[in-house]
Amino acid sequence: MKKTGAKLIIEAMKKEGVEVIFGYPGGSVIPIFDELYHEPSIHVVLTRHEQGAVHAADGYARSTGKTGVCLVTSGPGATNTITGLATANFDSVPIVLLTGQVIRPMIGNDAFQEADMVGISRPVTKHNYLVNDRAHLGQTLKEAFFIANSGRPGPVVVDLPKDVVNEQLDDEYPETISIRGYNPVYVGHAGQIKKIAEAIKVSKKPVFYIGGGIHISGASEIFRKVVEKTKIPTISSLMGIGAIRSDHPLYLGMVGMHGTYASNMAMTETDLIIGIGTRFDDRVTGDLGKFAPHAKIIHIDIDPATIARNVTVEIPIVGDARQVLEKLMPLLHPADIDEWREIVSGWKKDYPLPDEEGKEIMPQRVVKEISEIFPEAIITTEVGQNQMFAALYYNFTKPRTFLTSGGLGTMGYGFPAAIGAQMGNRNKKVIDIAGDGSIQMNIQELATAVQEGLPVIVAILNNGYLGMVRQWQQIFKNSRYAATCLMRRPECPFHCEGKAGSWCHLYTVDFVKLADAYGAVGMRVTKPEEIKPALEEAGKSKDKPVFIDFIIARESNVFPMVPPGAGINEMLLGKEK
Amino acid sequence: MKHTFYLLVENHQGVLARIAGLFSGRGYNLESLTVGVTSDPTVSRITLVCIGDDMIMEQIKKQLNKIVDVIKVVDITYLPSVNRELSLIKINAKSSQRGEIFQIADVFRAKILDVGQSTMILEITGTSEKIDDFIALLSPYTIIELARSGLVSMERGKKLKKE
Repeated sequence: MKKTGAKLIIEAMKKEGVEVIFGYPGGSVIPIFDELYHEPSIHVVLTRHEQGAVHAADGYARSTGKTGVCLVTSGPGATNTITGLATANFDSVPIVLLTGQVIRPMIGNDAFQEADMVGISRPVTKHNYLVNDRAHLGQTLKEAFFIANSGRPGPVVVDLPKDVVNEQLDDEYPETISIRGYNPVYVGHAGQIKKIAEAIKVSKKPVFYIGGGIHISGASEIFRKVVEKTKIPTISSLMGIGAIRSDHPLYLGMVGMHGTYASNMAMTETDLIIGIGTRFDDRVTGDLGKFAPHAKIIHIDIDPATIARNVTVEIPIVGDARQVLEKLMPLLHPADIDEWREIVSGWKKDYPLPDEEGKEIMPQRVVKEISEIFPEAIITTEVGQNQMFAALYYNFTKPRTFLTSGGLGTMGYGFPAAIGAQMGNRNKKVIDIAGDGSIQMNIQELATAVQEGLPVIVAILNNGYLGMVRQWQQIFKNSRYAATCLMRRPECPFHCEGKAGSWCHLYTVDFVKLADAYGAVGMRVTKPEEIKPALEEAGKSKDKPVFIDFIIARESNVFPMVPPGAGINEMLLGKEK
Repeated sequence: MKHTFYLLVENHQGVLARIAGLFSGRGYNLESLTVGVTSDPTVSRITLVCIGDDMIMEQIKKQLNKIVDVIKVVDITYLPSVNRELSLIKINAKSSQRGEIFQIADVFRAKILDVGQSTMILEITGTSEKIDDFIALLSPYTIIELARSGLVSMERGKKLKKE
């Protein structure tokens, strides 16, 4: 029986198990939305911006492990997705993005709402397609889902000319596909795996260094067993957080620019790094010339191009983290490294994270209270100080519960990602830890959260600044706060020194009124003792998002901090040390 | 160090842009790129010449392999191979100079494709170095136009193992 391209797309969605689509309609995708109107098994979430749609699909995908799906129109609808695609691409998140396109005869004619989406999205996607033959539609969609969620996952764009979507053909969605140029390697080389066990056996100061690949491959459980068996201290990248409990005695915390003292020192002193599903990012290594000077490096990753890109690797292993660890487990023995464990435990004990208290609300305390009241929440973040406070001070206990833009560092990610995570995890508490700057990047998605009845909590750490840039300006630019004050008004002095004066308007954005205007719940917290009751109250919301505007100390900083260009052991520890 | 790769790729629209985009996006130094269809019409063969150290070459190979439309990547630099480039060269040639030019062409086994009132077009095929030398010899006659195809390469002999 003949069917339109739009009908085949819906058939594809159902066969791929798609339950929710994040999108925004427009002229060229009306036929697909019309088919969705008749399809009760697929829930369409209307975001208020296409960037929000992709971040929401991203949050859904990261928290569930399923593929996030988006549907947007041609031209501006499609180009608005680029930041979301780049974010997902950097952090290996499976997304299938369907974009509308003008009819085939008009492509290349500068038609209304035309954009070369395949060309524009090429550098920020794992793969992309323009479907220029209706007969190829089913095959292309099947390939898109397969590529997005296999190997190293990533976003795939399928650009759909409107006449392809409308054209009728008697075809079925294919059951299988084969792509001759795409064959991800899952099973690690047995000989190389044996070499890992041998290297661990002779190491005196080994560390595990884990990244987002642990979550993606579902390796958390086997990794915890490996740690328990070997008793090797473990360090995490930002993306690896949650793979092992933050309060595990062998866990040293996050490494890198804002890494813990213990992690950064252990990385510097170690003689063996076993890197798993991580890419030795420059935020992790600091000055490469000073990074892990005594270490032999083992690197396990499913993406061969990631291995040995930034650091010299002695034992490379291409494979899926879970499968490699399962093969490695029987070869391992408890490591004879009591002395090393004592050293790293000493660092942990002697140099804990700064615990600032005062009359004002300190952001660290807000995150710690969130951790105590909502111990198993899914935490999303924006980017900046809020992200680092969340990474350092929340006690993560489960994989896929810390969703953050690690590679691209996308402000505006956290709130729509929280919406996506809540859509995929209706029974879990989802909290976006935000800054007053970054929340304004996608604040329009408040309407989406209200419309969907999602009780997402947004904890705004409001200091009236773009906090992380201001911190850099304070430390490296002699407190010249150029263009980082969000409270600035026409009456402000030209060279403001950052000290609050009579001209300062603290609630430059009144987030409480704003939440109210959207039909959400708004709260403001100005004293430390109000933090807990406000969070408890917010936790009671079952069907409305809650904005909590925490008015925090204006110049609170994230420490430890590695100055740019320094080695990761050359940390600034803050005023306490 | 100059490296030569050959690639077998899906004969799809936009594949060349993906490969060229990889070089521009990651700042790799691409000296030449040639492309043409193989005996299998669904597969195209691309020859790339790029410059960089061993670490960059390793990355280039890995990144090329990551492209979904790329079926095979071979670094042919150190393999016994035949390397050829084609060039068309239009030069000023007065009638009094033609004898000398014919002689040079003969030595380099170049062909005279066109002779005009005051110009000639020559065709030469060979290694890039041979073409460089030929161009150098012709430069006193004033080269008006020059077109080089970029390198195409092929391993010598019968393949012994499945790549």
